[in-house]
Amino acid sequence: MQLDDLVERVRAAHDSRTALRIRAGGSKDFYGGMLAGDVLDVSAYRGIVAYEPTELYLTAKCGTPLAEIESALAEKGQMLAFEPPHFCAATAGGCVAAGLSGPRRQQAGAVRDFVLGVKLVDGTGQVLDFGGQVMKNVAGYDVSRLIAGSLGTLGVIAEVTLKVLPQPVAEKTLVFEMDEARTIASLNRWGGQPLPVSASFWHDGQLWLRLAGARAAVVAACDKLGGTVAVDGEKHWNSVREQTHPAFAGNRLWRLALPSSVPPPGLDGLRAIEWGGALRWYAGDLDAVRGAAARAGGHAVLYRAPESLRCREGAFAALTPAMLALHRRLKQALDPAGILNPGRLYAEF
Amino acid sequence: MTGIMPNAEPLFDTDKPALVARLRVILPAHCLLVDEEDLRPYECDGLTAFRELPLAVCLPESEGQVVDVLRTCHRLGVPVVARGAGTGLSGGAMPHGQGVVLSLARLNRILRVDPLARVAVVQPGVRNLAVSEASAPHGLYYAPDPSSQIACTIGGNVAENSGGVHCLKYGLTVHNVLRVRVVSSEGEIFEIGSEAPDSPGYDLLALVIGSEGMLGVVTEVTVKLVPKPELAQVVMASFDDVAKAGDAVAAIIAAGIIPAGLEMMDKPATAAVEPYVKAGYDLDAAAILLCEADGTPEEVAEEIASVTAVLTAAGARDIRVSQSEAERLRFWAGRKAAFPAVGRITPDYYCMDGTIPRKRLAEMLAAIAGMEKKYSLRCANVFHAGDGNLHPLIMYDAARPGEWERAEAFGAEILELSVALGGSITGEHGVGIEKINQMCVQYKAPELEAFRRIKRAFDEAGLLNPGKAVPSLHRCAEYGRMHVHHGDLKFPELERF
Repeated sequence: MQLDDLVERVRAAHDSRTALRIRAGGSKDFYGGMLAGDVLDVSAYRGIVAYEPTELYLTAKCGTPLAEIESALAEKGQMLAFEPPHFCAATAGGCVAAGLSGPRRQQAGAVRDFVLGVKLVDGTGQVLDFGGQVMKNVAGYDVSRLIAGSLGTLGVIAEVTLKVLPQPVAEKTLVFEMDEARTIASLNRWGGQPLPVSASFWHDGQLWLRLAGARAAVVAACDKLGGTVAVDGEKHWNSVREQTHPAFAGNRLWRLALPSSVPPPGLDGLRAIEWGGALRWYAGDLDAVRGAAARAGGHAVLYRAPESLRCREGAFAALTPAMLALHRRLKQALDPAGILNPGRLYAEF
Repeated sequence: MTGIMPNAEPLFDTDKPALVARLRVILPAHCLLVDEEDLRPYECDGLTAFRELPLAVCLPESEGQVVDVLRTCHRLGVPVVARGAGTGLSGGAMPHGQGVVLSLARLNRILRVDPLARVAVVQPGVRNLAVSEASAPHGLYYAPDPSSQIACTIGGNVAENSGGVHCLKYGLTVHNVLRVRVVSSEGEIFEIGSEAPDSPGYDLLALVIGSEGMLGVVTEVTVKLVPKPELAQVVMASFDDVAKAGDAVAAIIAAGIIPAGLEMMDKPATAAVEPYVKAGYDLDAAAILLCEADGTPEEVAEEIASVTAVLTAAGARDIRVSQSEAERLRFWAGRKAAFPAVGRITPDYYCMDGTIPRKRLAEMLAAIAGMEKKYSLRCANVFHAGDGNLHPLIMYDAARPGEWERAEAFGAEILELSVALGGSITGEHGVGIEKINQMCVQYKAPELEAFRRIKRAFDEAGLLNPGKAVPSLHRCAEYGRMHVHHGDLKFPELERF
């Protein structure tokens, strides 16, 4: 598949006002709102375009499997520090479009923090290059980062350049017996200290903590924090990253993003806590979730649920009228005919 | 005159008495400057070569007043240029001759420091360093540290997406700001981002940060605070060849080390700095590298040992490790004082801000040496080597006819070479008015058009900082006429005149 093929498909869809549903691995079909339009399969537009370990970047075409990217990085002792989930088939384009980060986000940052540049096919079939391959670039608006998490509604990500980082020299996982409230308090207290905490996961009375960094720092932190050293740490974190851990089971899963230090928001069905307290998972049929999340200063995503329910309730928290109007104007700026993934982010556009 | 060209900048013709009369209704007398002698200090920012007198300067003391000023200007169709401390180096805060300057300097309160959640909520006029000072009792600090941090404001940092010497490890402003309150050109308030991660909808925070006051006016900022490392230590290495120093930087990264800071200075820069700060730099070296490790004492010892081994293997002729906090600060003092030190040895200097892939450094420095001859001007180079951000300081004398023009052409050539080498015209200082022509080299017409559509999504009337950051295609066509690169005309679709 060539870039021209992508451009042709989008241009034709634009001219005929046909909605396109952008798809590669299909690993995140469950995520977001409605799936509408003719499938634009970009999985054949794949391959690593450039990888320069000492410049700390990798450029890949959208259909490149994350597994392929991560194995190239691992050969040089590097990684995608935001630890995106693979869900078996995730690709570079889908990873950036969905904007989902994994356990290491609390230490390293989110997908958007690692996006250096994108090659975008906008909704008229025009190829646009934003950002680049250097670490610092403030020329023009930062459209590359805007694209992260936009669920394909602003353009087809043809290529993306990501900042990569060295893998930590040492990693160790500690386990503590703790309830929800103490977990939140402890994670925030540790967060204010110079400790190399790279991931945290609480489920059913157990807090798992991953330390990563220089060997000496990890050893010193283990001594300081106590807890029990886990033998199967890597397997555990993989199950959290890929959400194969039982905590994520069920088909009514809510993802609450909250200020890390807020106390339990008084909801039933807590399944897990991640990201130092900033990410909390709930399961069940809950009416009050969105209100409770908003009162706590955060927001709730209806993460895993039947499509009909996600379309009815909205996968994401509603925007204020002024904010929705601004979103529509931005959508209009890059996809004037509204053909790219309509309804995937919000039903309104 | 320009009406027939696509995207020509709109012309404004403001009725000053009518504007002033309306502003007097919404602002108390001490918050409004209209007389020439009062306006004069606002005619430029840190880039003094570009000056323009505004019609008025508004100094609101509340968000409500900011809203009122914006609504008034919107109603009257008057341009508004937001301003923090005015330390910017790209003319981003240079006033519009038919507009008002909206200074946020009096919105200077730290509203909240939450040590448990590790955030601070501040008004835009709070100085960068003041945030770290207020957080210090809790063992926390705000990571981005532009060299102007004692004076520059958080609002300005948001506008420019400022970096600093530690951003390789700790990120830029965009990585350290969680939320902003923004007033639109029409006077509407938007909450963008929050203390919770992954705000619903588009990542508007990424768009607003670094937008140079073109999309909205920031009235409140929530920043992330990070724990202060227990210890920091600096390795100083000297090299007899800049290419070797450049290779040493790549070797450090290849060894899996992301230092807290990684800076380079060439010989003219150390020669300017040493008499001024007495940092103990090796004045015979072609280049020196400063590499900082931070963390726990054990971690720092481990990293210093690795860095020292890498630098030795890379051919460093001398390596010194700071043995005390005083010595560490002295090593840094020279780097941080590079701009004023160069200012002492030349009447004027012009600071550039290109970024390049690190591996092209030696090529760039050789090209700059050639340009020194071509333009008969000297240049000292300081370099955020870790992230490829080069700050050549071109020395000139504005009092000598033609020197500024030569300095400007010299700078333009450096920026255009940065793009050709795979980099960018600006790493952290912004485009402003200074690099607006080079935007035509960095981007093609479709991207510039997309930027303008994004701008209109926020500011339909085009009143916020008009004429900055994103050039009109008209302007690019004009510039392209003067600078045809490799025979390849950048805007072939436009008529030339």
